[in-house]
Amino acid sequence: MDMELLKAYFSALEPLASFEEGGEWLMVQVPAENWKNIAPKLITERNFDFLFCVTCVDFKTHLTMVYHLRSMQTDETVVIKIQLNRDQPEVATVSDIWRTAEFHEREAFEMFGVQFTGHPDLRKLILPDDFEGFPMRKDFEDPINMIKL
Amino acid sequence: MYSETTIVTPEASQQPLQEGQLVINVGPQHPATHGVLHLVITLEGETIIKIEPHLGYIHRSIEKMSESLTYRQFIYVTSRMDYLSAHINNLACAMCVEKGMQLEVPERAQVIRILMSELTRIASHELWIGAMAMDLGAFTPFFYTFRERETINDIMEQTCGARLTMNYMVPGGVMYDLHPEFVARVKSFVAQFKSKVSELEDLVTDNIIFRNRTVGVGVLSKEDAISYGCTGPVARASGVDGDIRKRFPYSGYEKLQFEQCLDTAGDSFARYIVRIREMYQSIHIIEQLIDAIPDGDFQAKTKAVIKLPKGEFYTRVETARGELGVYIVSEGATTPYRIKYRSPGFSNLSALNHMAKGSKIGDLMATMGTLDLVIPDIDR
Amino acid sequence: MEINHSPAQNTEVFPGTVMDLPGGGVVTSSFQDLINWARSNSLWPLTFATSCCGIEMMSTASAKYDFSRFGFEVARATPRQADVIIIAGTIVNKMAPVLKRLYDQMADPKYVIAMGACAISGGPFFYNTYSVVKGADHIIPVDVYIPGCPPRPEALLHALITLQEKIKSGLTREQIREQSTNPLV
Repeated sequence: MDMELLKAYFSALEPLASFEEGGEWLMVQVPAENWKNIAPKLITERNFDFLFCVTCVDFKTHLTMVYHLRSMQTDETVVIKIQLNRDQPEVATVSDIWRTAEFHEREAFEMFGVQFTGHPDLRKLILPDDFEGFPMRKDFEDPINMIKL
Repeated sequence: MYSETTIVTPEASQQPLQEGQLVINVGPQHPATHGVLHLVITLEGETIIKIEPHLGYIHRSIEKMSESLTYRQFIYVTSRMDYLSAHINNLACAMCVEKGMQLEVPERAQVIRILMSELTRIASHELWIGAMAMDLGAFTPFFYTFRERETINDIMEQTCGARLTMNYMVPGGVMYDLHPEFVARVKSFVAQFKSKVSELEDLVTDNIIFRNRTVGVGVLSKEDAISYGCTGPVARASGVDGDIRKRFPYSGYEKLQFEQCLDTAGDSFARYIVRIREMYQSIHIIEQLIDAIPDGDFQAKTKAVIKLPKGEFYTRVETARGELGVYIVSEGATTPYRIKYRSPGFSNLSALNHMAKGSKIGDLMATMGTLDLVIPDIDR
Repeated sequence: MEINHSPAQNTEVFPGTVMDLPGGGVVTSSFQDLINWARSNSLWPLTFATSCCGIEMMSTASAKYDFSRFGFEVARATPRQADVIIIAGTIVNKMAPVLKRLYDQMADPKYVIAMGACAISGGPFFYNTYSVVKGADHIIPVDVYIPGCPPRPEALLHALITLQEKIKSGLTREQIREQSTNPLV
């Protein structure tokens, strides 16, 4: 099955990678320090040239960055997850490899506070410039604006 | 709380201005930005050096709000996100919930969903032609295209109850059955469309001014389209064949015969022609289905309170603008833990700086118009 | 002829009393009634559409529910030439100063219509949002409110006619303010 071949490829590429079960696509957990080395190889060796979703999820003990990648030629899809420390979330940028990541990483920065090292222009994109706090985190409180049901 | 808007200075845009350069603001209130988009343009004479979009003037925090709505309630907020393809947005959310529940949708519901999606696609492209022609200075196509759009709105209103934000898709099928007059009205609409759209083509497609303003303007190559994450007609005009209805068919599209409209030029005129051809393909799909709607249930039986199992689910559909992805992370409760909408306009907009660099201000209107941006879709 | 203020029976009449005299007729009226009648029949709207209600405003402007038959023909994008601003769509915290600036740039007398549930009170985005202004009347004073999400084009036409009635009977905020400051009027 293709999933087994992909699993073998990822285990060879990154010995510290772990896999999650369930779901329709292969989910690979990669440590944050090695992401900068793995990312260029994904596009040159396996042709994952279409990055279609960059998300951040706040599990209350840690943050997780989720990257959805697809190959335009073979339609293979893989989901890469990176666990980050909640107090100092830092990960390397991939905006020089997939140009679409530039805007997506700016949005993840302003909503969750993740620092992308090497990003050419890391500023707020959607929120007003004087906004304080990271609104999509689970512990965000705004008693003036948010009216709770 | 309501402070003065900051004036964008060269220091704030992180590049010092050289002699002879000028920074102007287009928007947020501007007739050609199709919503509230603020572009900060650095010009040298009339040539564009850099474009920086400032977003957030319609950021309604939909993702945060959906974390406190139940699985039946959060679907309808997405109609307000990309309001010109409201049915297709709702369909993506309903399909994601069905994937989590592993629910089978009856055939009649699937066919009704496709019919409504294709009618919405035609209505969206019609409005886009009217609005884009108005940006380039032609006022007449606006009235002609709204004529077809009003016919579709009336058909929708009879079945779904509303003209623009019809909350019709539910997890499991559709909310009501089709009105008895639906089939006859759609057939008469198809006949009207075929006879009237040739008027529109005479007005716009063969118009020498329109051609001069759009041919060769805002070229996007195939590799750049993939790298910037462009989808939909913008990518298809550059040769990228990523139509979700063909690659990852959903809701019964695999049984239908239609072509993907591709072009290789990648300029504004190619994006226009791809959308015109897509409208004809949508009519072709409607004609295949309208006489053969299967009988049966229009809604599968579900529990009153929906709870998704723990895990994550992703569905994608082809809206009129490109690929919309709905990503739900669920922890087993009645409300989702995290929802992310991968909107097509967000990635299409990131290619604007690359496409418009080096061209003139007049060409910027043609380029931005053919990207078909709906700003609430980008800001969410 | 009498001035009839009830909307149900109001037929469009020139405000004033006609006195038939040998050799012709004389119409007497007050300046205020005449000015109100003229102003209400040629209100120029400012196109300020932020989200979905803007599409219904465009539908009202197009051929099926034409609003230029009521005098709203010249819908331009610049506030300097506009009389009425139709707020169609949600107002968020980032957009609020822009709206205030546009309203300040309009010349007196100016009127405001809040179209749609979002402009009245925040609409579907009332609970659990951190960035939405819960009603456009937190920022500028509003004359007419139109409920709906989005309201039908006929509802927008009804609101425009109601604004015209309001102006003719002297009850808009603008006119009340003028009357209280200028006792001669």
